[in-house]
Amino acid sequence: MRSAFNEELLRIAHNDDRIHMVLADIGYGEIEPFAEAFPDRFYNCGVAEQNMTGVACGLAMEGKVAITYSIANFPTLRCLEQIRNDVCYHNQNVKIVIIGGGLAYGALGVSHHSTEDIAIMRALPDMVVCCPADIKEARAATHAMIAHEGPFYYRCGYKQEPDLHEGAIDFELGKAIQACDGADVTLIGTGTVTFRALQAAKLLAAEGISTRVVSMHTVKPIDSRAIIAAAEQTGGIVTVEEHTVCGGLGGAVAEVLAEAGLGIPFRMIGIPDTYVHIVGTHEWLLDYYGFSPAAIASTVRELI
Amino acid sequence: MDAEKLKQYRDLATRIRAHCLRMTHRGMSGHLGSMFSMADMLAVLYTSILNVDPDNPDWPERDRFILSKGHGGAAVYAVLAEKGFFPLQWLDTYYLDDGKLSGHISHHVPGVEFSTGSLGHGLPVAVGMALAARNDGKKHRIFCLMSDGDCNEGSTWEALMFAAHHKLDNITVIVDYNRVQALGKMADVIEMEPFAPKLHLFGWAVRNIDGHDYEQIETTLSELPFDSGKPSWVLASTVKCKGVSWLENTVGSHYGCVNDEELARALAELGVCSE
Repeated sequence: MRSAFNEELLRIAHNDDRIHMVLADIGYGEIEPFAEAFPDRFYNCGVAEQNMTGVACGLAMEGKVAITYSIANFPTLRCLEQIRNDVCYHNQNVKIVIIGGGLAYGALGVSHHSTEDIAIMRALPDMVVCCPADIKEARAATHAMIAHEGPFYYRCGYKQEPDLHEGAIDFELGKAIQACDGADVTLIGTGTVTFRALQAAKLLAAEGISTRVVSMHTVKPIDSRAIIAAAEQTGGIVTVEEHTVCGGLGGAVAEVLAEAGLGIPFRMIGIPDTYVHIVGTHEWLLDYYGFSPAAIASTVRELI
Repeated sequence: MDAEKLKQYRDLATRIRAHCLRMTHRGMSGHLGSMFSMADMLAVLYTSILNVDPDNPDWPERDRFILSKGHGGAAVYAVLAEKGFFPLQWLDTYYLDDGKLSGHISHHVPGVEFSTGSLGHGLPVAVGMALAARNDGKKHRIFCLMSDGDCNEGSTWEALMFAAHHKLDNITVIVDYNRVQALGKMADVIEMEPFAPKLHLFGWAVRNIDGHDYEQIETTLSELPFDSGKPSWVLASTVKCKGVSWLENTVGSHYGCVNDEELARALAELGVCSE
């Protein structure tokens, strides 16, 4: 997905000279084509995320679209106050892109696990939070991000993730995409882990449980209409996110349901409120924390 | 410097200080010392150095001025009001309910480029602006007025390394070097000395001045950049709360304001009528 993002950004940048990349010495093997094509619009700040974000904000204040880009929590938590006070309070056109949301960097350890980012970014006024589920969404989201005026958080996958959607997609910020329809229950996912929700839906289908799967690629602003429709039409919702269960997608969906007075059966599948104290690859950690299709299916079964 | 210019600077600096006294007294707010130590420099900047237009504050060719020590914002509000960016009456609402002016400097006020309040934020943004200006072939300059406490922040050093690396000679930092921080004297908190040599080694062209000497301020800031291909750094030695004798160079003046009796006394010291 990260390659698709970089390809798409490069394509857009050929026709939009406002676009600048502002990095903190991360992006090896991916960012070189942009750096070579646009040396005057590419800045490596060194390992200095606070300055990266401040410089990006200064560029944006002069009419540029500045993209900060790094992995995991580096361009978010290290420089959170710059994002809040500089970028968001001044409502500047800075796009914060992380590669490897959630547990993507698996065995590298907790410093490289981005597992509270959705909650934290979602709490910032004027910030859009977008977690593409597959490469089609990632390409479309790159265009949507540049077209959007204002702060934007883009949580990008790390490798060659499988397609969630068959055929073309109709991507619009703040509008969920249904990966498959169902009548008995809805799985709402965000980011690349949504593919596992789709696999779970297939297991459930074999048992006669008809499961809707929704990709909530934009966690903020969230698609309330899709959530309410899922509640009314399928009667139960399970959220799936590669993030802790505190304040992320599950929290956002619960807020919508509670405010709408829809007291339906509801569960959140996420990383528990803990850091990862064990060692393992991405896929292994996901299985460990209950994201295997079988485990997701089991949670759904318990719900309905 | 001719006497008339000198008087112009002195009168404006006195009015800035008088406004700050009244504003912080009315609002029972702090940071008087930080406002007074930079008042003389603000008077010169807004009279002779900055290319800005009160009738068109967003004029694209304006010089950009960022106050990184946002806690001293009242002094900038005062000079902006004096220069006609907004009505002087707005100053009466500083720090008050439904007021026009917040305690830390805000970009919602005409003439204010950027909001700050947490230290270490001004210089990175100023550097981004300088980069944009240079790449676009623009002639305007970027100024960032900082405190010595601002220079405790790691982000400041990240930015100053970046500016030197990219040879941004369209940016000027002015440090209001009053050597007094929130909890103590700089020498007891984090000693910055030898300050100028550090900055020189980091690739900046550095000049030391007396931040209360109008002629030195004007002359120095008229010679930018000091060195072609290098960002400029003015280390302006100042006295915290300069102008109120019993508060000068005190840690207490960082968070302090004056009571009714002290207000009258302080205004008298400035030679300003209490009414």
